[in-house]
Amino acid sequence: MANVTIRALNKKYDNGFHAVKDVNLEIRDREFVVLVGPSGCGKTTTLRMVAGLEEITSGEIRIGERIVNDLPPMDRDIAMVFQNYALYPHKTVFDNMAFGLQMRGYEKTDTAKRVREAAEMLGIELLLERKPRQLSGGQRQRVAVGRAIVRHPQVFLFDEPLSNLDAQLRVQMRVELKRLHERLETTAIYVTHDQVEAMTLGDRVVVMKDGRVQQMGEPLELYGKPANKFVAGFIGSPAMNFVDVSIGNDGIAETEGLRLQVPERIRSRSGQRLTLGVRPEALRIANGAEQPSFATTVDVVEPLGNEILLNFRTGGASMVARVDPGLRVKAHDHIRLALDPQRLHFFDAASGAAL
Amino acid sequence: MLIERKWKKWLYFYLPMAAFIVFTLFPFYWMAVTAFRPDAELYATWRQPNAAPLWTLHPTFEHVIGLMKTTAFPTWMWNTMAIAIVSTAISLVCGMFAGYALARLKFRGSEFLGTAIFITYLVPQTLLFIPLADIVRDLRLGNTPWALMLTYPTFLIPFCTWLLMGYFKTIPKELEECARIDGATRFGAMVRIIFPVAIPGILSAGIFAFTLSWNEFIYALVFMASADTKTVPVGVVSELIRGDIFFWGQLMAGALLGSVPVALVYSFFVEYYVTGLTGSVKG
Repeated sequence: MANVTIRALNKKYDNGFHAVKDVNLEIRDREFVVLVGPSGCGKTTTLRMVAGLEEITSGEIRIGERIVNDLPPMDRDIAMVFQNYALYPHKTVFDNMAFGLQMRGYEKTDTAKRVREAAEMLGIELLLERKPRQLSGGQRQRVAVGRAIVRHPQVFLFDEPLSNLDAQLRVQMRVELKRLHERLETTAIYVTHDQVEAMTLGDRVVVMKDGRVQQMGEPLELYGKPANKFVAGFIGSPAMNFVDVSIGNDGIAETEGLRLQVPERIRSRSGQRLTLGVRPEALRIANGAEQPSFATTVDVVEPLGNEILLNFRTGGASMVARVDPGLRVKAHDHIRLALDPQRLHFFDAASGAAL
Repeated sequence: MLIERKWKKWLYFYLPMAAFIVFTLFPFYWMAVTAFRPDAELYATWRQPNAAPLWTLHPTFEHVIGLMKTTAFPTWMWNTMAIAIVSTAISLVCGMFAGYALARLKFRGSEFLGTAIFITYLVPQTLLFIPLADIVRDLRLGNTPWALMLTYPTFLIPFCTWLLMGYFKTIPKELEECARIDGATRFGAMVRIIFPVAIPGILSAGIFAFTLSWNEFIYALVFMASADTKTVPVGVVSELIRGDIFFWGQLMAGALLGSVPVALVYSFFVEYYVTGLTGSVKG
């Protein structure tokens, strides 16, 4: 059990690529923290530096009270689950799970007991004599997790462990991982590019882009109060709608087909161009002439069952509204959409910072 | 094209295949027939009545027995076997470590080193034997098996290194990363995880190396002088061709017996050998 502290962490490769830039993270004991971001954002590199598989260019990583910068992976008391599972193909499931214990000189009976416990926890006790190639994807995934938990490490590291599974199994394993974490009460750092995984698994989520941390916070905090346009667009599916508006002296934000009163805090920005962000669920079909609202034409209708997604264009941008499935809306219908004034986001057009 | 006409399959597949098989196997067949053909038939002209150049009706073991009794053939076999095994073992061990290092470790000049090793493999033996002969003489190894056991690795190590480097590259590096997190050192991960996983590649490198040293001719010819230190390829050619007389029966019997061990090695490991060449581990 340990907290993980990352201070001013940098990674620069020999070819000059600066993969991780000044990352600071404070991960609390027993916390499940998810690093999320598009590919190449430095999340995996950060994780590999914590694991000791990648050298640190500058900065400091602490696990518990120890600075681990120069410790080899074996001495960091961590376990890692890899995307391709990395099961040892020539060993049985039992030997795969026992390898870490054997390397650390555990007694044979103790090793067998721990492996069986972990196998039971994961429901793979009947597979212990099999070789990895005789297992399905989901079973391999479980073995990989089992191999990590037998050692009771201080920190679990997960590197996109679910991305090789099919969609259904991924949802199932996601829940199982969450349950497992609650049971084991071990600090976990989890890397994924899937924001749904990040939101469902993470006690806190770290959004990264271009090697920098964009925002760290609880899932709903990221969703409700994104720090910048990138986070706003990355978290949430379908993504937040963005449209460029100009703020008039009267405190009215305006773009083609849309006019609305901006909140008090934005007034000072009059005369500037800003980006307005609206989540799809902050839009609904307007009742009569309620304000603020705007008229538009539906492009594409995506009936998903529990909701309907309406795609349309306004102010030169493609936008999506999430509406009640009871509504009968067809493509090319003219509709009027109302915005929830409490749920508008404004971003600086140049820096993308939230205002 | 699921439904194909039968004659097309015969024309485009079986016929060329048959021609290829005949082409490759005929020398072996000729060798076998000659080895068991009595001298009277061997040296008779094909134009005489009842001549049957493609088979014999009076098979005999006289050449095989003569080979065993009148020449040092059993000693040559033993020499060849010992030399091939030792030089293969040396080359495999060196090749495994070098191949792993070139495939996995990032160090200054690793790419240059890889290329340099490959280039040494390209230097023809017919050039290399001259300086090597000098070294063998200086070390007083001439006419001892060590002359070959230590010179064969000069071309076997680059070969094994390259073959194994390619194989190691196909093994996901997460395997050893995981082993290192599990508590193994880099060396431990290599020995406990990577080498066992690479067994198909190591075996095929070994088979190749074994065959190459078994068949090697020029070093064996140059470094070995007396009849009882020779290897099969050299012994057969130098002792069974005297002046302009070819002892065809014994020559072919020697060649036939000499190729048996190689054929056995191949047939035992053929499955590994194929996966070794096509590479890769799954899962």
